[in-house]
Amino acid sequence: MTLGFDADTSNETPNLFAPRRSRIFVGRRGVVASTISTLVIIGLIVSVLFVAPGGASFRHVFFDPHNMWVAWVGDPGQGILAIKNGLVVNIWMFLVSEVIVLFFGLTLAWTRMSQSPVLLPFRILATAYTDVFRGIPLILVVFLVGYGLPALEFGFLSNQSNAIYGVIALSLTYSAYVAEVFRAGILALPNGQLLAARSLGLTHASTMRRVILPQAVRTVIPPLLNDFISLQKDTALVSVLGAVEATRAAQIAVSVSFNESGLTVAALFFLVLTIPMTRFTDRLLDKDRARRLVSAT
Amino acid sequence: MSDVVLELDAVVKRFGDHEVLRGVSLQLHRHEVVCLIGASGSGKSTLLRCSNMLESIEGGSVSLFGQSLMDPRIDPDLVRRHIGMVFQSFNLFPHLSVLDNILLGPVRSLKRKRGDVLDEALALLDRIGLRDRADDFPDRLSGGQQQRVAIVRSLAMRPSLLLLDEVTSALDPSLVGEVLDLLSDLAHQGTTMLIATHEMNFARDVAHKIAYLDQGVLVEMGTPDQIFNAAQHASTRNFLERVR
Repeated sequence: MTLGFDADTSNETPNLFAPRRSRIFVGRRGVVASTISTLVIIGLIVSVLFVAPGGASFRHVFFDPHNMWVAWVGDPGQGILAIKNGLVVNIWMFLVSEVIVLFFGLTLAWTRMSQSPVLLPFRILATAYTDVFRGIPLILVVFLVGYGLPALEFGFLSNQSNAIYGVIALSLTYSAYVAEVFRAGILALPNGQLLAARSLGLTHASTMRRVILPQAVRTVIPPLLNDFISLQKDTALVSVLGAVEATRAAQIAVSVSFNESGLTVAALFFLVLTIPMTRFTDRLLDKDRARRLVSAT
Repeated sequence: MSDVVLELDAVVKRFGDHEVLRGVSLQLHRHEVVCLIGASGSGKSTLLRCSNMLESIEGGSVSLFGQSLMDPRIDPDLVRRHIGMVFQSFNLFPHLSVLDNILLGPVRSLKRKRGDVLDEALALLDRIGLRDRADDFPDRLSGGQQQRVAIVRSLAMRPSLLLLDEVTSALDPSLVGEVLDLLSDLAHQGTTMLIATHEMNFARDVAHKIAYLDQGVLVEMGTPDQIFNAAQHASTRNFLERVR
């Protein structure tokens, strides 16, 4: 039988060394190489601010320390509202929204995956809901809720603050996204889990609660976190209703001082807000992994 | 006959146009072990799943203790509480410890108190020599250990009937023995079992009856001696010739 090529008949020792020019990436030298490349790239980006013809005025307009400070702490005399106070509004808007979204999103996913014939109309509603709210741009939902609910003149629903309407709009839209995240997490589980649980005589509801959801929640944490980071940033959209959150406060500061540094401040602090979120989730995942590994011995 | 546990009568199951079971009839008596043999795709797994209502059927009937499962008043969850099922891929719950895997059924579907079931669960683990692994998670166990846990998980429900779906097919050859030994023990203690298997020697040793399935048809059924030494049908003899 012929293989179409020669069987290994040579007695040569194969060369296992990397070519000389790529050796800087190997071992401890790799750390040096990565540090240098990081510094070079950051240096290149920053140097644009200094080399570009408009660099000086750009730095003054967006990174002026005095204007940044005034925008942050506010100046009642000039009518500048503090970004730090606005940020508090963003924080409670996303915290409240996230809690609502978790529960409502899960309810939607659960309803869509229910089996009882009695729940059929709810299944259809839940499906329609996710289709509709994933399809409408959030900024339109903000307008519709913020202008629509007051126009209804319908009791307490119509005399809330703009921030509350913002929370409602954010919750409506993000629940639809999060419902799909939960559903994907549930559908990703091997079918055997469902079969095994049902074979133990567990009802559909018990199976979901005791077997499917605890596993699904673990797998959806990263995509869920992703949506929550989006949600945190999107609280800025509520500024279109005039709610004085960080973005709105920054806009006011800019319009008073004719200096854009307030926008930079708002951007920086939105960044600061999302970082704890990421760290928190990483720790949750690590803890879960550690718990499983400890039980090994 | 009052000691008939499970009875299938001319069961027909279709997936779309494909007829997986074509009029299969079979009786399983108390304390009886029946092994289903046949090539992959012959309908063994489907037959098991139709027996505990994991799959619906398109024709014929399935009865448990003389009660037809076709009756719309039958609650599938109640049916499954009397029928244990063990799968090829173990299907232990990875987020629960070994002990909690075993407790889940009795506590959540039989509504027994955790404290009441605990001793039983530990005794079951003792029996398979894994009591010291009670608090481990399933992914720390070998395949053979996982499958033995899966078997006692279904035993914790004190089922009247155990369905086993090729439970050694996903195991390393070196781990098959420990699982088959446990099943032999159960058989000798009178556990009623319907076992789909490719392990011919095991089937010969433990089964009271062997049923040969070919493309959804139950070709013949008889004692191990009748099937392995004096099969009536050519297709049975051909199959046994190929797997031997």
